[in-house]
Amino acid sequence: MADRRSAGINGRKTGRGQESFFDFTLLFIVLFLLGFGLVMLYSTSSYDGGLQYGDPAYFLKRQLTSTILGLVAMMVVANIPYHIWEKFAALGYIGSAVMILLIIPFGYEAGGAKRWIRIFGMSIQPAEIAKLGMVIFLASMICRMGRKIRTGKGFMIVLAVPMPICFLVWKVTENMSSAIIIFGIAVLMLFVSCPDYKRFIFLGLAGTAVCALAVYIIASAGSADTLGVRGARILAWLDPEAYASGKGFQTLQALYAIGSGGILGKGLGQSMQKLGFLPEAQNDMIFSIICEELGLFGAISILIMFILLIWRFMVIANNAPDLFGALLVVGVLGHIAIQVILNVAVVTNTIPNTGITLPFISYGGSAVMFLLIEIGIVLSVGRGIRLKDL
Amino acid sequence: MVKNKTYIRKKIVTVFFVCFVIFLILMGRLVYLMVFQSGYYMEQAKELHERERSIKAARGRILDANGTVIADNKTVCTISVIHNQVKEPDRIVEVLCKELELSEEYVRKRVEKYSSIERIKSNVDKEKGDAIRAYNLDGVKVDEDYKRYYPYGELASKALGFTGGDNQGIIGLEVKYEEYLKGQEGTILTVTDARGVEISEAGEERVEPVAGNDLYVSLDINIQSYATQLAKQVMETKQAERVSIIVMNPQNGEIMAMVDVPEFDLNNPYELPEGIDTEGLSQDKKQELLNQMWRNGCISDTYEPGSTFKIITAAAGLEGGAVTVEDRFSCPGYIMVEDRRIRCHKTTGHGSQNFMEATMNSCNPVFITVGLRLGVENYYHYFKQFGLMEKTGVDLPGEAGTIMHKMEDMKAVELATVSFGQSFQISPLQLATTAASIVNGGNRVTPHFGIASADRSQTKIEKFSYSVKEQIVSEETSETMRMILEQVVENGTGKNGYVEGARVGGKTATSQTLPRGSGRYIASFVGFAPADDPQVLALAVIHNPQGVYYGGQVAAPVVRQLFENILPYLEKMDYN
Repeated sequence: MADRRSAGINGRKTGRGQESFFDFTLLFIVLFLLGFGLVMLYSTSSYDGGLQYGDPAYFLKRQLTSTILGLVAMMVVANIPYHIWEKFAALGYIGSAVMILLIIPFGYEAGGAKRWIRIFGMSIQPAEIAKLGMVIFLASMICRMGRKIRTGKGFMIVLAVPMPICFLVWKVTENMSSAIIIFGIAVLMLFVSCPDYKRFIFLGLAGTAVCALAVYIIASAGSADTLGVRGARILAWLDPEAYASGKGFQTLQALYAIGSGGILGKGLGQSMQKLGFLPEAQNDMIFSIICEELGLFGAISILIMFILLIWRFMVIANNAPDLFGALLVVGVLGHIAIQVILNVAVVTNTIPNTGITLPFISYGGSAVMFLLIEIGIVLSVGRGIRLKDL
Repeated sequence: MVKNKTYIRKKIVTVFFVCFVIFLILMGRLVYLMVFQSGYYMEQAKELHERERSIKAARGRILDANGTVIADNKTVCTISVIHNQVKEPDRIVEVLCKELELSEEYVRKRVEKYSSIERIKSNVDKEKGDAIRAYNLDGVKVDEDYKRYYPYGELASKALGFTGGDNQGIIGLEVKYEEYLKGQEGTILTVTDARGVEISEAGEERVEPVAGNDLYVSLDINIQSYATQLAKQVMETKQAERVSIIVMNPQNGEIMAMVDVPEFDLNNPYELPEGIDTEGLSQDKKQELLNQMWRNGCISDTYEPGSTFKIITAAAGLEGGAVTVEDRFSCPGYIMVEDRRIRCHKTTGHGSQNFMEATMNSCNPVFITVGLRLGVENYYHYFKQFGLMEKTGVDLPGEAGTIMHKMEDMKAVELATVSFGQSFQISPLQLATTAASIVNGGNRVTPHFGIASADRSQTKIEKFSYSVKEQIVSEETSETMRMILEQVVENGTGKNGYVEGARVGGKTATSQTLPRGSGRYIASFVGFAPADDPQVLALAVIHNPQGVYYGGQVAAPVVRQLFENILPYLEKMDYN
């Protein structure tokens, strides 16, 4: 495969004289995205920060702290042999369930949603822990199941395992998006580990049909009053300008930002929409500000960076020394790919609005820290690659 | 350790390519939004971000026949303070009190009030505004604006009209020529954030206003001011209700003066005349009084013209062959029309007289006879041909139409009364215009003020043209009429209109207003000069004069005095 070339660049001699591997390409891509994310975060949030906290760098400083902590954690994790995590698999699953439940008595609110708990003065979003926990737990479980995964029963078990966590995330933190992502990671890991295709094609078609039917019913019902929040969101998705003052507001503002970017953008820092027009500009909607300031050129460049990131994941997963390592990487790949795709799709009004952040770029301390830990795990898996195996 | 199997590798590659394809779709979506929909969203976003402020355009001026500016713009200032920019509140209070002559308490209250912008005083003279600006006080804002200004106050107020708060014409020429005068508003577009705070780096986009075009009118402010003076004088001495004077050029219909006293101050058009207690009046009632005050009696009110209308009957009679100048008549002091006995104003009768003498005497029975000789159909035909059924088409809003019998309803008695100017109503301007058309050689002119419109630099001039209906009477009839009417002034009832050293023609009228027997009269006189080639025609209408009320006694002297003054002036000005 094409990996030989990059391995040649990245390869180095270990102390034992055996050629080992560290994926500097991956590291570079991640560092680039982090640096770029911080610049965009400052550009996007300085107005809001100045207005709300009297410090334009307020959001930048907080994000920078989380990023540095995350990078330290990443380097630590990258140097720990990843097999150690197998021992924490069950703990990861139970631990994330407990953390989510802790929100009920101890959680605190921000932006109208109760999603955070405080540990040592740091606020952490248990949903982010749950994503990592699910990746480790499923990887470990699938390895233990061995050939059983090929049976219908095994298939169903793997699909059933994430359900309780998804349910907790959905109901306790009222965060359906994270629930969808966790379930999506599980499906992806199952897909990779199971030799069958038919079932997944069937699953995909069934899912598509259910979604299409739901959209059709809601669209023909037509009135936002009789439908719930999600129904209204779907109507706003179909015609954001008709719901400009309600559910369609954020989407429409995002479209204004994206559209006014044009091919080359208005220039860094020149966004107008970030000046209070676009809600959550530094969070879920940061991609639309990237589009406005850096244009189609900048937006596609960022998407290419994510494609490269996913490509590196693929390379590491395919060359991982064992199934557990491969599945860990596939889980991280799923996590990041699903979030990027859903985020960009939401921002461009390709799918109905739901709150999903853009990995490494959107504002969010827990998210960036756990993402970096995940990258650490991937790097650790990458270290297990022996060049002679390639 | 479980080894990585081949199918797993394949599946991982599949996952990557599925992701890759989805990314491509999203990029396609971005291309669609950012290239093809870009213009639309950019426009929408711009609309959202920009705040529009309009800049008033300078309204075009109005200039009289001599080029004197009679409606102008004055730059006025609005003084305001912006609270959070104020650095020395005490000094600001001190300066503003001194310059604006306001009480310290008033100014201090506004300077110390916490608001984004607080207006201290508007309509401040430009000099004052400049003076305040020169102090360079932080937080004090001097904004300039235009305000319509009429240098001659109440002169020609009803003809000129005035403008409202947005510099739009409300009445008179100001509203008729709105399209020419108003110009085009400019705009300042400023970019703001979602709270409406201006973003200074973004700068502002200015669309400069286009000043309105100047309007050149035939009104002559000297004649107007003299006519106004005379009207006021006669109103005072005769304790009349209202006096209207129209001065026009009979050859082309250009109006040189239009007076309708009492007039009002154009610079304070919403101020009712003194002596009217506005307290306790409803808004509607107040508006009604204002409308009354602004009403231009020369064109908006109608009256029974009385004997001045004999000019029309005479012209119709001569033109229709019903009478010649030498035809002889006998007046016993009355005439029987069917079963009605209609008296002459001279109850003892004028005795034997020819038509010229009858006109000089303003003898009613003779004109009734002429009217009856023409017959209803013919009379009506001339009435129409002279343009009396239509409005004059003057370039002022609110012109009243003629109130006349229907031809079917017109019998001998009605015809008889119409023949000497009663039982129907026309506006004073209609009478003046018709008389002018009869004596000018027989061409029905359109009375008007507007001559041309041009921009300040006079590079683009638009001249206005007005319709002329030629030969409503023959040149010959017109000449005869001039001759007869000159005799009226030389030797007849109009001799008070005689001007030493000039040839003046004219006709008097005294009409009782309806209801008859109320003791209210309208005295009027229409005169023109020179009688052989009329260059100026004037009509004076005095409503309800006290004491002597005859047109010959009350109205003719007004026109005489006017002519005495303006004839030498017009000659010197070399009109036409």
